[in-house]
Amino acid sequence: MVDATLSQPILNPVRSAGYWQNVGKRLMRDKTAMAAAAVLALIALAAIFAPLIAPMDPLDGRLINRLKPIGTEGHLLGTDELGRDMLSRLIWGGRLSLLMGVTPVVLAFFLGSAIGIIAGYAGGWTNTLIMRTVDVFYAFPSVLLAVALSGALGAGLGNALFSLTVVFIPPIARVAESVTTRLRSSDFIEAARASGAGALTIVRVHVLGNVLGPIFVYATSLIAVSMILASGLSFLGLGVRPPNPEWGLMLNTLRTAIYAQPWVAALPGAMIFLVSISFNMLSDGLRSAMEVRQ
Amino acid sequence: MLGYSLRRIIYTAPVLFGVSVVCFALVHISPGDPLISILPADASVELQNRLRTLYGFDRSYPEQFILWLGRALQGDLGTSIATGRPVTTEVMRAVGNTLMLAAVATAIGFVLGCFFGFVAGYFSNSPLDKAASAAAVFGVSVPHYWLGMVLVIIFSAQLGWLPAAGAGPGGSSQWRFDMVHLSYMVLPAITMSVIPMGIIARTVRALVAEILAQEFVIGLRARGLSEFGVFMHVVKNAAPTALAVMGVQLGYLLGGSILIETVFSWPGTGMLLNSAIFQRDLPLLQGTILVLALFFVVLNMVVDIMQSALDPRIKR
Repeated sequence: MVDATLSQPILNPVRSAGYWQNVGKRLMRDKTAMAAAAVLALIALAAIFAPLIAPMDPLDGRLINRLKPIGTEGHLLGTDELGRDMLSRLIWGGRLSLLMGVTPVVLAFFLGSAIGIIAGYAGGWTNTLIMRTVDVFYAFPSVLLAVALSGALGAGLGNALFSLTVVFIPPIARVAESVTTRLRSSDFIEAARASGAGALTIVRVHVLGNVLGPIFVYATSLIAVSMILASGLSFLGLGVRPPNPEWGLMLNTLRTAIYAQPWVAALPGAMIFLVSISFNMLSDGLRSAMEVRQ
Repeated sequence: MLGYSLRRIIYTAPVLFGVSVVCFALVHISPGDPLISILPADASVELQNRLRTLYGFDRSYPEQFILWLGRALQGDLGTSIATGRPVTTEVMRAVGNTLMLAAVATAIGFVLGCFFGFVAGYFSNSPLDKAASAAAVFGVSVPHYWLGMVLVIIFSAQLGWLPAAGAGPGGSSQWRFDMVHLSYMVLPAITMSVIPMGIIARTVRALVAEILAQEFVIGLRARGLSEFGVFMHVVKNAAPTALAVMGVQLGYLLGGSILIETVFSWPGTGMLLNSAIFQRDLPLLQGTILVLALFFVVLNMVVDIMQSALDPRIKR
């Protein structure tokens, strides 16, 4: 270990590379987190390569074949209410479901971090103004805000993504603000300011590297909620529109079939559950690997 | 304590104002003419203009907002476009059903969550902890609308033990306390309780582990206190935070009941929102959201004040 550190060229950011390497090593040893990561990778790969993997066209169905049970010849997981192959629709459905679940958190991570870091670093009136505005959106339960916004804007993928992004910005901004505020008064920031560094330089060089880690871990813990909410919007008829395959929407259209083919009807929800629990476990693993305390 | 309460109440005022601005804006971010759903398709321009003046849509946004807020403060949230009844009446009728369901669900979630949390915290890193923590992860990860469907499949469709939808026999929308009505509440309440169960279990587990690691616990044991006596001290220390989490969760369930109410056709605010959205009944949508958000803000305020009263260590 000592030799490896010494042989590193001094110009390289040795400390930070070592830190992330350690996080990676600790994460690799976490069996639960690795199993969750494997499940997610498998589902994501299946969704990306859906045209190659899916046995049938997810939009093509014959009414004569409707609501076949799991294990039917040619339809491994049965068929839906319009006779479309469930396995193919579940594989294709991963595309929109993952996209709708992950995108809002990614967007909110960037926007919320920016808002929180600005508020935390600027302090004073800027902070008060920004954080009180954030509080207003925080004052709505997340489901209610998502439904209110997408309900007013109307159904559709874009509106659902917008609504969910708005829902996740306030919690991320709050975390970013509190981490930045705590960092602002530390000695090395004072030293940088005393040596004449501008606000932008301090934020870029000293603040970002120290706050993005905790914010990132917090953001990953929101992906599971986002998956459930996004599919929930489609389940209500506010997200993806038929006939596109998406797990929440499939769950909605199959609701009428719970007496005819109950277990086929429950399949899309099982996929949402599997993805959401995997994201939760991976996020928990990442948190303990980074030793970030909430 | 009094000072903190006052500050907390004063802090709530601008939030309430902001919430009302957001609710007001909902109607105006909505695409299309706000009058579109009440105008006949062949309405003349003159009629359109008369209605626009009547509803005040020809005024500037700030003017409209002040007029709307003034009426809302007097309890007038406008008229539902779909039913023609006052929005306030519609919301108040539905809110009781939702409150009932959310309160029962929170109670179940609190009891189960505390149980799992205490077991996990007390026997930390044992198989019992693993099992209890798994229950908590399940609670926060499961899509509750799907869990509701699965419970309906098992207990209504397959076993036929419990009713699948509604709040009472024959589509009754008014909940009463008797065995029949109670049986309609079992599945939605259990489904809903899973979310607070998971969150409360996680919180209590962390709390208990933290309290047990403190020196005063060793002190109590050294003084020869029985294990039950120590347990009561842990309960006393964990209670304020656990109760606060429970209060906040009640607020979340009140506002987030739309998915579960849709699955179970429960005649509460969630169903009201659902029909408001699909009939483009914007006044009803706006009024319901406003009432639910007000509940949530005021509940959070009360929880904070009560927590500071229960826990003298909190000096904010």
